[in-house]
Amino acid sequence: MSAESSFSLLGNLGAQDISFVHAYENPVMSEFIAASAGGFMVVGAVIVIALLSYYRGWRSLWFDWLTSVDHKKVGIMYIVVAFVMLARAIIEAVLMRYHQSIAVNDPGILSPDHFGQLFSTHGSIMIFFVAMPFVSGMMNYIMPQQIGARDVSFPLLNAISLWLTAAGAALVMISLVVGQFSTGGWTAYPPYTSIEFSPGEGVDYWIWSISLTSIGSTLTGLNFATTIYKNRAPGMTLFRMPLFCWTTLCTSILMIFAMAPLTIATLMLALDRYAGFHFFTNDSGGNMMNYANLFWLFGHPEVYILILPAFGVFSEVISTFSGKVIYGYKSLVFATMSIAVLSFTVWLHHFFTMGQGANVNAVFGIATMLIGVPTGVKVYDWLLTMVRGRIRLSTAMLFSIMFLVTFVLGGLTGVILANPPVDFAVHNSLFLVAHFHNMVIPGVLFGMIAGYQFWFPKAFGFRLSERWGKASFWCWSIGFYLTFMPLYALGLMGAMRRTVEWFRPEYLGWLQVSFAGAMLLLSGFLLLAVQLIVSVRQREQRRVPAGDPWDGRSLEWSNSAPPPEYNFAVIPQVEARDAFSWMKEHKKAYLSPDNYEDITVPKNSMVAPVIGVAAIVFGFALVWHIWWLAIVSFTGIWGTVIARSFVTETERVIPASEVRADHEAWLARVREAPVTPREREDTSDNVGRAEVLA
Amino acid sequence: MNTSPLSHPGLNLGSVDEYSHEEAEPVIFGFWIFLMADLVLFALLFATYATMSVQGQADGPSPADIFDLSSAFIGTMLLLASSITFGMASLALKYRADGPHLVLWLVLTFILGAGFIGMELRDFMTMIAQGAVPQLSGFLSSFYLLVATHGIHVTAGLIWMIVLLIQLRVMGRTTTVKLRIMRLALFWHMLDIVWVCIFSFVYLYGVTL
Repeated sequence: MSAESSFSLLGNLGAQDISFVHAYENPVMSEFIAASAGGFMVVGAVIVIALLSYYRGWRSLWFDWLTSVDHKKVGIMYIVVAFVMLARAIIEAVLMRYHQSIAVNDPGILSPDHFGQLFSTHGSIMIFFVAMPFVSGMMNYIMPQQIGARDVSFPLLNAISLWLTAAGAALVMISLVVGQFSTGGWTAYPPYTSIEFSPGEGVDYWIWSISLTSIGSTLTGLNFATTIYKNRAPGMTLFRMPLFCWTTLCTSILMIFAMAPLTIATLMLALDRYAGFHFFTNDSGGNMMNYANLFWLFGHPEVYILILPAFGVFSEVISTFSGKVIYGYKSLVFATMSIAVLSFTVWLHHFFTMGQGANVNAVFGIATMLIGVPTGVKVYDWLLTMVRGRIRLSTAMLFSIMFLVTFVLGGLTGVILANPPVDFAVHNSLFLVAHFHNMVIPGVLFGMIAGYQFWFPKAFGFRLSERWGKASFWCWSIGFYLTFMPLYALGLMGAMRRTVEWFRPEYLGWLQVSFAGAMLLLSGFLLLAVQLIVSVRQREQRRVPAGDPWDGRSLEWSNSAPPPEYNFAVIPQVEARDAFSWMKEHKKAYLSPDNYEDITVPKNSMVAPVIGVAAIVFGFALVWHIWWLAIVSFTGIWGTVIARSFVTETERVIPASEVRADHEAWLARVREAPVTPREREDTSDNVGRAEVLA
Repeated sequence: MNTSPLSHPGLNLGSVDEYSHEEAEPVIFGFWIFLMADLVLFALLFATYATMSVQGQADGPSPADIFDLSSAFIGTMLLLASSITFGMASLALKYRADGPHLVLWLVLTFILGAGFIGMELRDFMTMIAQGAVPQLSGFLSSFYLLVATHGIHVTAGLIWMIVLLIQLRVMGRTTTVKLRIMRLALFWHMLDIVWVCIFSFVYLYGVTL
């Protein structure tokens, strides 16, 4: 950051802020690693651009994907963002574990500042740019199909949400090359993050990337809640919805209420930093405790925003691969709702040590333990679903089972931490780090990977390789235990989180085991990539055009794989819970409808990408104090919105004859398709027509 | 699909324009949800103000030292009146399919709203001239953020009103434009309610502290 305060066209941005220049000027290991990371990003971008040009993909990318408002494509793009960011965050995690494993009485390979940036980006990325887009993508792809809808209620708004999230992610990526990221952790507590103690652009990168994505998530919540309330197929009453839709609904409600505190907290922090306000400063009546309250008023519901959709995935996966109706449907619904409500009553347990007094702590401690009750109900329901089921140990199912075991363990340490006196002893130690990884890795990541394995054939028309999937599963599971169990021990031995150098030799062994585990986790991630490549190559033997490879129970399995743009040629009439199972059992599946009607679908629109790019520019301009550019891009965003409101031709009609031709052709293929018994599910016999027992 | 008499809370178009009425359900419902999310934002700003207005004064002035109640009262009256005129506009939208009433009421609403913003800016100028800038204390920071957030919302509403007046001219009273006016109406009345809270809690209660 340059020191002069005179007006400059580039604000505070100078050549020395580029990571390569920075490394050239300070040739040390830590800077070299930072520059390599920046280099990876640049090279990666160049390779993507080169490949797109080589395969002439630009047209397709723009017209089929970037400007699309189809909820299925938006969902897939969310998940692509999640995977790209996951790659970065895992590499950062491995780097940190490696650094810590050698930093016993030794400075290690990373400078303290660089280490600070790594844990800040790792946390921020994992929560906001891996878990959130993964969850949003999954809900986007699946939920409208499960309720028998053709799209979400507001398709363009949906694409704008995606682009705001992607803009936030892009800002974090840009910080690799231009300038530094925050060192204030993913929570960015002031006063450390105030301008006084964290001058420079780092915290500003955090503020604007998080603000963009939090607005995107609010709009997503609004959109999905409206879709579920207003867009269900006839007969799809709330209590006939698949559990994934229930969890989507609860997550949406949480998003509507819980994102605002984050938006407000980041806005206030920005005002403190940019305009000298006194919300969280040490002096002049500022109150930094207010930040902790605001942040966790968002932060705790956020945990459930992430985990509830994963619970939905597990419900679908366990029921399908046990070949049984889910046990205790209503209890699962009520448990989900209870968790959603309780999630707003526990935020204070993140800062028991802040000094609010014993009685207040006790209330929040008890509320925290209460959350264990509905969660316990869910675990029993899942277990009882498996009892006497015909269980098939597919990759998705293995991840679900490993989730059950591991999540219960994490829940138990959570109950331990819910005791304020215990929390005082282990607050901010590695015990805490182990605990929350023990919740979100099985709870969110395993859930999302299970969902990815489960619904991939629906989205792309071919099954993923089970062999590579299982190899990846073992790496993830064993890697998880090896990485995080030592952290529990270290936490109890007194090791604090975010420590850049240790002075206790007895930590060494534990830290080395933990690093080995991190390598296994990285292998698990790489094996997922291998699985994808192998499966794409073998896609002809893996195709499931009939659309029902796993003997699925809900409506999304009743159409082709991949589904047509309009999802359903004719909106289905729902007669029971597990609607598609009911159709199969009553011989109502794959029937030709009496008549077809024209279908109206939204046209592609470049509004969302324009807003997204303008948002990136806006964030970047604010980070570097380039005021003219901030004004231009802000005006651009709202100008686009206003201009769009004058466009009247936003929809196009697919004629009934075309729908009929496509649908009848597909139905003919399905009727010819061989019926696959479950034991031949993972062979090329499986073309997506399941054998129906009973 | 059979038309329900009320497809959403608030003024419905059911009896006079059945087609728009059916289209209204998801968009108006979605907008209510948006308003709810927006109200959470205001609730948090109020909560922040509540903690800071007393404990965050530092060496700066107290609310009683700087608030000009009569000026805020005039602003309040302008905004309340604008809510009434928007109510009249909504009735004109429903019952007077032709005629200038709708546009006239909207223009009147705009003038009153702009008057409110003018009064608010004037109050801010006066306070800043007295040295009560937001950088002075936590109390003033939270005061400016709360009141200005409301002010920015009203300004956004005014811009929206201009856009809709243009669209009424260019596109006519199509379903889309009608539904947009109905949503702006909800937005406008919500801002009115928020202002009633600001006036009572920040101004009236503030000067008693």
